[in-house]
Amino acid sequence: MPRLRLEPRAQTSRLATYLSPVLAVVLTLIGAAVLFAILGRDPIRAYQAFFIDPISTFYGAGELGVKSAPLILCAIGLAIGFRANVWNIGAEGQFVLGGICGSYVALFYEPTLGPATLPVMFIAGALGGLAWAAIPALLKTQFNANEILTSLMLTYVAQLLLNYLVRGPWRNPQGYNFPQSKIFDGYAVIEPWISGTRIGLGTFLALIAAAGGWFLLSRSFLGYQIKVIGLTPAAAAYAGFSAKRVTWFCLLLSGGLAGIAGINEVAGPIGQLLPVISPGYGFTAIIVAFLGRLHPVGIVLAGLLIALSYLGGEAAQISLDLPVAVVGVFQGMLLFFLLACELLVRYRVQIGQAIAESAA
Amino acid sequence: MSIKRRDFIIGAGGAVAATSVLGMPYIARAADKLKAAWILVGPSGDMGYSYQHDLGRLAVQKELGDRVETHKVESVPEGADCERVLTQLANQGYGLIFTTSFGYMDQTIKVAKNFPKVKFEHATGYKRSANVATYNIRFYEGRTVQGTLAGHLSKSGIVGYVGSIPIPEVIMGIDAFTLAFRKIRPDGKVKVIYVNGWFDPGKEADAAKALIDQGADIICQHTDSPAPVQTAEARGAWAFGQSSDMAKFGPTHCVTSNVDNWAPYYVERTKMVLDGSWKSTDTWGGLAAGMLSMPTFNSHVPAAAAADGMKAYNDVKSGARHPFDGPVVDKSGATKVAAGANMPDGQIAGLNWYVQGVEGDLRS
Amino acid sequence: MHELTAILVSMVLSATPLLLAASGELVTEKSGVLNLGVEGMMVVGAVVGFGVAFGTDSAIAGFAVAAIAGALMAALFAVLTLIFLANQVATGLALTIFGLGLSALMGKAYIGKTLPPVPHLHIPGISDIPLVGPLIFGENAMVYVSVAFVIAIAWYLSRTRSGLVLRSIGENHDAAHALGYPVRRIRFLAVLFGGAMSGLGGAYLSIVYTPLWTEGMTAGRGWIALALVVFSTWKPWRLLFGAYLFGFFSIAQLHAQGFAVPIAPEFLSMLPYLATILVLVIISRDAKRIRLNAPAALGKAFRATA
Repeated sequence: MPRLRLEPRAQTSRLATYLSPVLAVVLTLIGAAVLFAILGRDPIRAYQAFFIDPISTFYGAGELGVKSAPLILCAIGLAIGFRANVWNIGAEGQFVLGGICGSYVALFYEPTLGPATLPVMFIAGALGGLAWAAIPALLKTQFNANEILTSLMLTYVAQLLLNYLVRGPWRNPQGYNFPQSKIFDGYAVIEPWISGTRIGLGTFLALIAAAGGWFLLSRSFLGYQIKVIGLTPAAAAYAGFSAKRVTWFCLLLSGGLAGIAGINEVAGPIGQLLPVISPGYGFTAIIVAFLGRLHPVGIVLAGLLIALSYLGGEAAQISLDLPVAVVGVFQGMLLFFLLACELLVRYRVQIGQAIAESAA
Repeated sequence: MSIKRRDFIIGAGGAVAATSVLGMPYIARAADKLKAAWILVGPSGDMGYSYQHDLGRLAVQKELGDRVETHKVESVPEGADCERVLTQLANQGYGLIFTTSFGYMDQTIKVAKNFPKVKFEHATGYKRSANVATYNIRFYEGRTVQGTLAGHLSKSGIVGYVGSIPIPEVIMGIDAFTLAFRKIRPDGKVKVIYVNGWFDPGKEADAAKALIDQGADIICQHTDSPAPVQTAEARGAWAFGQSSDMAKFGPTHCVTSNVDNWAPYYVERTKMVLDGSWKSTDTWGGLAAGMLSMPTFNSHVPAAAAADGMKAYNDVKSGARHPFDGPVVDKSGATKVAAGANMPDGQIAGLNWYVQGVEGDLRS
Repeated sequence: MHELTAILVSMVLSATPLLLAASGELVTEKSGVLNLGVEGMMVVGAVVGFGVAFGTDSAIAGFAVAAIAGALMAALFAVLTLIFLANQVATGLALTIFGLGLSALMGKAYIGKTLPPVPHLHIPGISDIPLVGPLIFGENAMVYVSVAFVIAIAWYLSRTRSGLVLRSIGENHDAAHALGYPVRRIRFLAVLFGGAMSGLGGAYLSIVYTPLWTEGMTAGRGWIALALVVFSTWKPWRLLFGAYLFGFFSIAQLHAQGFAVPIAPEFLSMLPYLATILVLVIISRDAKRIRLNAPAALGKAFRATA
C-alpha cells in the first residue's frame, strides 16, 4: 500500500518556509468555512470580518501595532531563553511588575523628575520585570528549583500585589475609593506618534527588541553560547560555557523586556494603573515565540498575526454577532494548522512504499 | 445613525481619533435602524453579572424590535482593548453604546470626546460628560432586606459573607446587611472572606464552606457564580443569591436573590435616543425603580421572618426606611451618621470602612 | 465538625481535580511529551461531563464520557505533535485556547442548570470516627478514585515492564526506538491517558464540586496541575503531597480571613503560591536526585530515522 513518508531536509527549504504559512491559512479558511457554515454565517463575510475589516481603517491598522507590541516584546525575550532551554513561563507576572514599578515613578515622582519622568519610568519598569525574573533565576541556580513552577506561581503573586496596590495605597484619592490609580498626566504619558492612531513608543521598542534579539542570536558570542547550551548541553559544558550564567542572562533579559512591555502598556494605551493591565500577553507571547520559530523576524510576523486574530475576534463579534467562544475556536484552529504545516519546512513528504516503518 | 463626512477629518494634535475609510463596509446608510452595542467584561454565559446585562440587551431587542439593531462584545478586557472596541463601534455608526463595567470608565470618557454624536452609557462609574451618562443599581437596598431576614433565620448569630474584592460597591453591601442584621440580632457577627475575583465557582464554594465550618448558618455573597448558594444548600445553611435568581441552586435554602434587572433602564434609554430626548444623566435606581428585584421568598422561610422581611422590602422600596439610617457607628466607635439622619449618596458611593458587627478590618 | 478536620476535608476536596489532571499529565510527561493544554482538556471535560450527567441522570456516565472527551482533545494534540511533529509547547497552549472556546460553544444550553448532589460514601462505624473518620471514609467516591490513580500510576511506572518502557522512551527515544520499542504508539497512548484524566478533573468540578456549568469554570486549575507535575519532580507520591499542600494553603487562607487575621486578603491569597515555591526549593536542593527524575527527552520531537 502506498503511503506518505517523511524525509528530513538537509537544510530548511526557503520555499517551504514561505509556503507553509500560506498553506496553513488556506487550510484554516477551509476549516473555518465549515465552522461558519454550521453556525449559519457566510464564510466570505466572516473572513472579511476577521482579517480585513479590523485593519481596513487607518486607526485599525495602527491598532495592529499597538496590540502586537507587548506580544513581540515579551516573545523576543522568551524565545532567547527557550533557545537555551530556560523555561520562563511567567512573563505575565514580569509584565505586571514592570507596570507596577514604572507606575510608582509616574504616580509619586512626576513633579520632581519633570521631562526625565518617562525615561525613569521605563528604567523602573525594566528593573521591576527583571527583579521578578531574578527570583526564578536565583532559585534555579542556587537551589535547583524548576523555573517553570516558580515563574508561573510568581505570576499569581504579582497579580495579587497589583490588586492590593490599586485598591489600597495607590488608589486615586479623588476616585471614590475605586480600585484604580489616578490618570497619569504631564510627563508620565506616552503620546501617540502618529495622529489618528495609538501607534507610539511601544511599537518602536518592539522593533528595536527584535533587531537586538537578531543581533544577539546570530552575531554575538553570547548568542552562540545560548544556542549550544540549548542544543547540546554536554558539548557546552565541555567548552566551558557557564549554564548558570546563561540562565541568569536569559531570565533577566526576558523579565526586563516583559517589564518594559508592562510599563509601556500602562503609560501608553491604558494611561493609569488598573487592577488588570494585561489580557494574558505574557502567556500568549509563548505561542508567539514558537509560532515565530524562536527567530526574531518570525516573532514579529507571528506577533502581528496573533494580534490580528484578536482584532478580528472583536470585529467578528460586532459585525457577525458571533459569540466570543467562536473566536477561541477559530484562533485554536488557525494555530493548529500553522503549527502542523511547519512540518513541510523541515521535512519533505514523499509518496511511496513503506519500506522502513517510520517511527514504528 | 449616519456618519457625517467631517467626523473623519483628523484633528490637529490627535485630538480627534477618527479615521479615514479605506474599506467600504462601515459606511452606514442614513435613516437606518439605531445600532446599539453592549460591552461585557465577562462572557454572556457567566450566569451572573454579564449574563444579566445581556438579558437587558435582549429585552431591548424584543421591545423595540425593528427600530434597533443590538450587538454585544463579550469578554472585553478593561483598559487598552476597551478603547479600541469603543472606537471601532463608533466608527461603524453605532449610536448608543453601553459600557457595563467600572473599569471601562476612563476609556468611555476618552472615546466619547472623539465622537460627540454617539451616546455612551457607563455602568457603575462616576464620570459623566455631555454624551456620557452613568447608571447603576442600588444593590445595597436588597442587603437591608437580606439582613432583616437573616436576623430572624440565624440561630448561631454568625453570617458568612463571600466577597469578591474589597471595593465600595461590595463594602456598602456588607455594611447595609450588617446594619439590618444587628437591628434584629444586636449580638450578631458577620464574617467576610474575599476570593479576590468575581468569578471562580470552586473558590467561591470553598469560601462558603470555610464560613459554614466557622459557625455561619447564613451565606451571603457578592460574587457571580451560584456556587455559594449550592454549597449552603448542601450544608443546610440559608443563602442569598446574587445577580440572577439562584433559587434553582438552593431549592430549600435559597431565601431570595438580589437580581440585577437592567432591562427597564436599557429600554427607556434606547427609546430616548430614538425619539431624540436622550440627555446625560446619572441614574442610581433600586427597588423602587425596578432595577433591583427580589424573587418571592423561599416557602421554607418561617412566616414571621418572611413577614418582617417583606416589611423591610416594602419600607425600603417606598423610602420609609433608609438602609443607612442613623446612628451608623464604625468599628472604632465613631458616629458616622447621627441618629435621625441618613447617609448621603456621595458617602455611600465611596464607603471603605466597616460598621460594628463586621469581623476584621479593612487594611490598605 | 472539628475546625482542623474541616480544613483537611476541604483541602482534600479542592485538591482532587488538581490531582486527577496532574497525575495524567505526569504519565504524559514521563513518556517525554509536554502537553500544556491541560486547562483546555479540563474545561471540555467539565462541559461534556455536566451535559451527559444532566441528560442521563448518571454521574458515572458523565465521568466516563468526560474522560473520552478529554482523550479526544488529547488525540488532537497527539496527531499534531507526534505525527505532524508540531511544537509541543505552542500546540498545548493552542489546545487551551481552542478548548475554552469549544466548551463555551457546547455549553450554551446548560447555563443555569444544576445536578443533584453526588452521594457521599458512608461506612458505618469508620466514617464516624472523630477527626479522621469523615476525612478518610466520608467523601464522594472520586476523592478515593484520584488517590487510587496515584497509587496505580506509581506502581505502573516503577513496577511494571510497560512502565519501564514508557520511562525509557521519555529518557531517550532514539535508544528506545533502536531497542525496538514503539515510541510513537506509546507516546500516543500516554497523551490520551493524560487527556482522559484531565477530562475527569474537569468533570469533577462540574458534576461533584459545584454541580453546574459556567464558561471558563476551571478558572486556571489546569495551570496549577501543570505546575504540580513540576513540583512533584515527576514522582507520583510527591504529586499527592503537592496537591494537598496547595489545597491546604488555599483553604487555610480562607479560614484565616474568616478569623479576621489582620492581613490584607490579597496577601493571604498569595499563600498557596508562595508555599509551593518554598517547598519546591527545599526538596530541590539536592540537584542530583531531581535530575534523575526529569524525563530527559521531555518536549523533544521524535522521528525515527530507520
